[in-house]
Order: sequence, then C-alpha cells, then structure tokens
Amino acid sequence: MSPLNLGTYAANTWCPGCGNFAILNAIKTVLSELNAEGVPLENIVLVSGIGCHAKIVDYLNVNSFYSLHGRVTPAAEGIKLAKPGIKVIGFAGDGDAYGEGLEHLIFAAKRNIDITMIIHNNRVYGLTTGQYTPTSPLGFKGRSTPGGTKELPLNPLELMLASGASFLARGTSHGAELLKQVFKAAILHKGFSLVDVLQVCFTYFNMYEYYDKHVYELKGHDPQDRQQALSKIREWDYNADSPIALGVFYKKEIPTFEQNFLGREKKAAETDAKINAFLKASS
Amino acid sequence: MDDFSLLIGGKAGFGIDKSGAVIGRILNQLGRRVYISRDYPSIIRGGHTFSIIRSSQTRIAAQSNKMDFILALNQEVLDYHKERLKDGAVIIYDSDAVKLEGVGEGIRTIGVALTRIIKEENAPEIMRNSCVIGVFIRVSGIKWEALESVFKKEFTKETDLNLKVASRGYAATKELLKIEPASQEPLPLLSGNQAVSLGLLKGGLDTFIAYPMTPTSPILHFLAANAADFGLKVIHPESEIGVILMALGFSYTGESVAVGTSGGGFCLMTEGLSFAGMSELPVVIIVGQRPGPSTGLPTYSAQTELHFVLNAGQGEFTRFIVAPGDAEEAYFWSAEALNISRKYQLASVILTDKNLGEDIFNFDINSIPEIKAGAPLVWDRKAPYKRYLDTENGVSPLAFIPDKDAVIKVNSYEHDAYGITTEDPQQVVLMQNKRLRKERYLQEELENSETVKIYGKSNSGVSLLCWGSNKGVCVELAEKLGLKVIQPLVLWPFPIKQFQEALRGVNKLISVECNATGQLARLIKMSGFNVDEQILKYDGRPFSLEELEERVKGVKQ
Repeated sequence: MSPLNLGTYAANTWCPGCGNFAILNAIKTVLSELNAEGVPLENIVLVSGIGCHAKIVDYLNVNSFYSLHGRVTPAAEGIKLAKPGIKVIGFAGDGDAYGEGLEHLIFAAKRNIDITMIIHNNRVYGLTTGQYTPTSPLGFKGRSTPGGTKELPLNPLELMLASGASFLARGTSHGAELLKQVFKAAILHKGFSLVDVLQVCFTYFNMYEYYDKHVYELKGHDPQDRQQALSKIREWDYNADSPIALGVFYKKEIPTFEQNFLGREKKAAETDAKINAFLKASS
Repeated sequence: MDDFSLLIGGKAGFGIDKSGAVIGRILNQLGRRVYISRDYPSIIRGGHTFSIIRSSQTRIAAQSNKMDFILALNQEVLDYHKERLKDGAVIIYDSDAVKLEGVGEGIRTIGVALTRIIKEENAPEIMRNSCVIGVFIRVSGIKWEALESVFKKEFTKETDLNLKVASRGYAATKELLKIEPASQEPLPLLSGNQAVSLGLLKGGLDTFIAYPMTPTSPILHFLAANAADFGLKVIHPESEIGVILMALGFSYTGESVAVGTSGGGFCLMTEGLSFAGMSELPVVIIVGQRPGPSTGLPTYSAQTELHFVLNAGQGEFTRFIVAPGDAEEAYFWSAEALNISRKYQLASVILTDKNLGEDIFNFDINSIPEIKAGAPLVWDRKAPYKRYLDTENGVSPLAFIPDKDAVIKVNSYEHDAYGITTEDPQQVVLMQNKRLRKERYLQEELENSETVKIYGKSNSGVSLLCWGSNKGVCVELAEKLGLKVIQPLVLWPFPIKQFQEALRGVNKLISVECNATGQLARLIKMSGFNVDEQILKYDGRPFSLEELEERVKGVKQ
C-alpha cells in the first residue's frame, strides 16, 4: 500500500528534532491504512488545541477544527455527537489537555464518548517558551519556576482510568512502529481512547536519552484486566526513576455516549404541527 | 371586575408557583387575558415566595402594585403584602395558620381552616393550594367547571383528591363578587422561556446545549423534556466553556445549535464567542439577565448585560444582538436569530431576563410575522472548496462533513481562504475585512424587519424608550398618559435608520431601564442619539405601573 499524500502547503515550523514529527508521520500512515481499509478520509475530523502540537492540523490535508487552548475535547465531542459516523481524533498538548482543559477530558472519559485523544506530552510548554506543565517532574526548572517546581506531577493515565476511559495507551516519539499500532488501535476502539505520547521537546526539555533508557514495551499484559492496568499505570509516576511501560494498558468495550442520541434527527415537517399541538394544550 | 390583581404567597416549597399557574389558567379559560409574575428567593425550601396574577379583558404584560385579592397560606404573606391591598380587596387565608392583624377597614376577610380540611381529607400539606383555589373561585363567582377542567389537565396525579380538597374549599364559603368571563377565545399561556424554546424549534434547531443557570434553565428543562418528540438533541455538559465549545463542534458539522445561560455563564463562554467570530461558526446564545455583579441576585431580574454581550470576546468581530420584549417577540426573534446566524455565519445573542423568561404571557401565534427558514449559502462544487473564500458580502459558501470533494478546515488562528494558519499581513487584513463586511449586509437585510417598534400615542412629543421586558409596563402606561413608546428590538447591528424614523416628532426622550448606568442610553449615544431623562431601577424587581407612573411624572415636566 502506498501512503496517501496527506500534506499541505503550510511550511512546517517545528524545531529540528521535535517529537511532533514522529506523531505526524505515524498518523499519516495510520490514516492511509484506515483509508485503504474502508474508512474514507472525509470521514475523519482532526481537532487540535493551541501549542506546538496543534500545528499538526495545518500539516494534514484532512478535515480539521483548530480549536482553543484546552478546548480540544468539547469540540471533538460536539462533532462526534452531531455525526456519530465520523472518526474524531483530537490532538492536544499536556498543558492543553491536562492543564487548561482537564475538566473536559475527565468528563469525556466519564461519558465514554467515542473519540480519540492523542496527547503530545512533552512535559513542558514549548510555544510559550519553557514553563512547567502538569506532568513536569518535581523540581523542574522552568521560566516560571526558576527555583524548581514545588509540586508533584499528575499521572494522567491513572486519572483517566479513574474517570472512566475505556482505552488507555502510551507511546514515545522514539518508537514509530509502536506509535502507529497504538494510534490505530485507539482510533478503532469504540469508546473514549487516550494515547499519552512521551513526545520530546528537543529545545526546552530533551528527554530522548532518559526515555530510551527507561521505556519498555508491555508484554503478556492483559488490557481487559483493570487491576493489571492500574498497577502498570502506577509503575511510573511521571516523577521518580522507574521503568516506563509502553503499549495498551487498558481496553474495555462499554456503551458509548453518542449512542444515546442516535435517531435524534429534526422532524422539520412535523415541527409546526407539534408547536401548534403544544399551544393548544397551553390555553 | 374588568381588571384585577391577585397575589398568592407562602414559603418556598409550598407549591405557590404551580397555584399561580392554575389560577391563571382558570381565568384564561374564561376568555380573560392573563399575566403572571413570580417572585422567589434563591433557595429550595423556606423563605418567602409569591406569584402575582393579573387578569383583564384586554392584553396586558405589566403588574400593578395594588391587589384585589391576597391568598395567604402563611403569616408572612399578610405581613409583607398587606400594604398592597386596595380598598375593598379580599383576603382569603388559612385560619389555622394566619392571624389577621393590622388589616385596614374596608378589607374583606375570608378565613377557611385549610390545614384542618386537608387533615380531614388525609391530603398532603401542599394541597392547601387546591383548597384555597376552591375558596377563591367560589368567592369570585367563577363556575366550578372551570376549576375542574384545569385541575384535570394540571394535576395528573391525585386528580380526584385535589378536586375533593378544592370542593371542600368551594363549599366552605359563598359568592362575594363576580369575575366576569370575556367573550373571546382563550389564548395559550406561555412563559418567555417556553416562547424562546418554541421559536428555536420553529427556526430549525437541531441541538440545544446548556449548563443550568437561572433564569434560562427552564429552556434546558423544556427542550430536554420535549427532545425526543421534536427530534432534538439536548446536552448538559460539564461547564459553560464545555457548552460553547461543544456547540461550535456541532456547528462545524452544519447543525443548527443554540446554548442558554446567564451573565455568569456567559463570562465563561466569551473565549468561545470570540472563536465563533474568527472561525465563522454560527451559534445562538440566549443570555437571561439577572442582577450582578458576580452571583448578585440569582432569582431576580436586570438589564445589565447589553454592553457585556456587545463587547464580549477578544478581538473585533461582528455579532447579532436582539432583545425581545414579550413572548411573541421571543418566539419570532429566536427563530430569526437561528436564521441570521446560519446565513451570516456568526454568533447571535438573544438577551432575555428573569421577568421575560419566567413570567407567563398570553401568546397569539397569529400576530407573529411569517418566519421563513433561512438556508445557508452552500458550496456550488465548481472550484476547489475553500472554507473561507472571500466573497462580496463576506459570507463563504459552506460544505459539510463528510464530503469526498471538500476538505473543511476551521481555525481559531488567523487563516487563509483554505483555513490554514497565516500571519501574512495582507491575508490578515483581507480576512478581517471579509468578516466585518458581513455586518453591513446584515444591517441592510434587517431593514426589512420591524427592528424598532412604536406604541402609544404616535404623535406625542414625549416618548418613553425601553427594551426587553420593560415593554409591557411602558406600553400600558404610555397608553394611559398619552405618550409614545419606542422599543428597539435589534440592538446590534444597531438599526439606525428605523430608530431615527421612530424619533421623528419626539422632543423629549425618557429612557426606562432596569440597570444602574443606562445601558441603552449609552448604546444609542454611540450612534449620535441622546436621551433627555433616564429612569433607572436596579433592585431586581420589575417596574409596577404605579411606580413607573410616578417616576415618569417626576421627569416629564
């Protein structure tokens, strides 16, 4: 299969070495594969927030909704609820999804709405030039915390599991093959899926070497088993040194939110009669 | 009695609201016109709550401060409201719960042991309402059948027990005066919120999204309850930020979407509003005003968000703002706001308030101008699709997902015609001009609608200027005093031509607003018009006819 030409004329302005390239390349391959397998490109909508990650929608010749900082999730939910047959893929940064927009993420997981969230988690604000994020390690020296942060990072996957997400995975920008696999699995999963990508910001927080040393791929793990998923998710707390598992932690088929609205289509021809009936009953 | 007012009151949780509606419907059955207002605190149980039902032979949408009837279920009702009693007025009270003290001569008092009756009937305390309504209709000479037919509609549970309790009240007293039926067909009774809801449905609403907030929650409740019937999707997300962004997601797919909130929720929506301006995604926002700043008086009314909705959101972008003044205008302009948003790809704000939203009006659908479904401009499929194609009137043709021939990109950044981010100075100016140009075309189109209304004595040199829910009180008073009333309905783009026309012959313009700073007066000043006097009220309560009359007389000379 030859990959589709999914690029646009927009000039790519990511820094050399940026982890976002890996995500862009992986998603291009996945969209091409999906297209070959019967998911036409017009049935895809990409949603992004604000931050370096978000430029990805300018670089892909696919339907897109370039949203606000922190507001990827609710826009993606609206699109999915309006068009349940469309695959909606949200791209968000860690500041975006786990900071400003955390509330929306929790509720989307709680609803188990069938959207995919890909988090470009570089654990630093890139576009605003180097401040700490919700997943920066304790003591992170950013431009707003020159003495080092005094707060522990969130473990976003643990939070998402607790919130009701039905598909949770992790990848890195140094693992293209795995990234493709988990993206595709997440997009094909029926329900709320989130992939936390340890995407490296080469300019402000270069973790390539650290991740290369600590990551390993999950083997013999049963993603249906919530307890196993929780213990693997807790193995690394985004702070202390420990092995960092990659792959699919959790996957469960449960009813999805958008199903509740199927068949809710405006009955325009009947509207006048229904309004009149209501008015008659109100006199 | 041609025109009278009735106050029924008690503690929150007593069922006062329902009783007010039931009394209103009984009077409405008689062909009389009815207007109901509610006053309640921001609590679920306890505290004082009351409804005022005014009924007349002709259409009304204003309250008098003088009562012909007070129905008192507890002592507070008398203590708080006895000063409002007219000479010759009637108090009907629960003689087991209320002591008559300090009631003036000439007031007729009818005590019925409501508490004892419901005990004897093994009925719950809330049914004292049914009992007191039975007393009221007997006292006022209304036929039992009128009560019976309304009770059967309104009390679908325990209908028989409610009727039994009412009949005990009915039997406990005798006719004292006569409320005459009117020889005209009853008109439906609707709250402003119901009228907004029906207008949205008429205008082709696909989806309604809201986070609960007084005074627009009733729209959420009404539409949620009727969603399946109308093929509507109704969603209550995590916050108003979630609401507006979800709405824009719906809008992107071509759905007609509206959201409802009040000032505080609208604060959270402003980034989404600005995004709608930049991305040219249609959305209708209902902002029900209540007194602020901040939490303010949640269950009372105000006209304080005009300049907020006019200026909300970063950057410069156009919007459509309309302030209906009664249920019929709420219906018409809610449908039109959806049409306008779709056609011009912008956000519309429908400014209501607690009084307009929750008061109950007669509604005559035959008085409403024709509403034509406005189809959006759709891509002709000739040239490759560009979401933000520059056009003469600034409106770009739409394509909707999924379309195999179109890639549809919307963007919160400044963007080129295709929707890709740009910082090119020429593109920036081109796109800003394209978006702002829509306003001029919208303003021109609005000249075909009645955007400024005139009432009262049209050749009077003295005119009241009002907007929104002050319409009813201003019109009735102007008719009494021989004044003119000017009511701009569309507040942005401001209908300069029609407003100028309305001002012809006016040498004294008196604005009447429920805010402390004169927001409409400030708005018209932007177009070079000045008011001569301002009458402002900002205690959260509506103007009564008597209060407004006194204030108008104070500034008229």
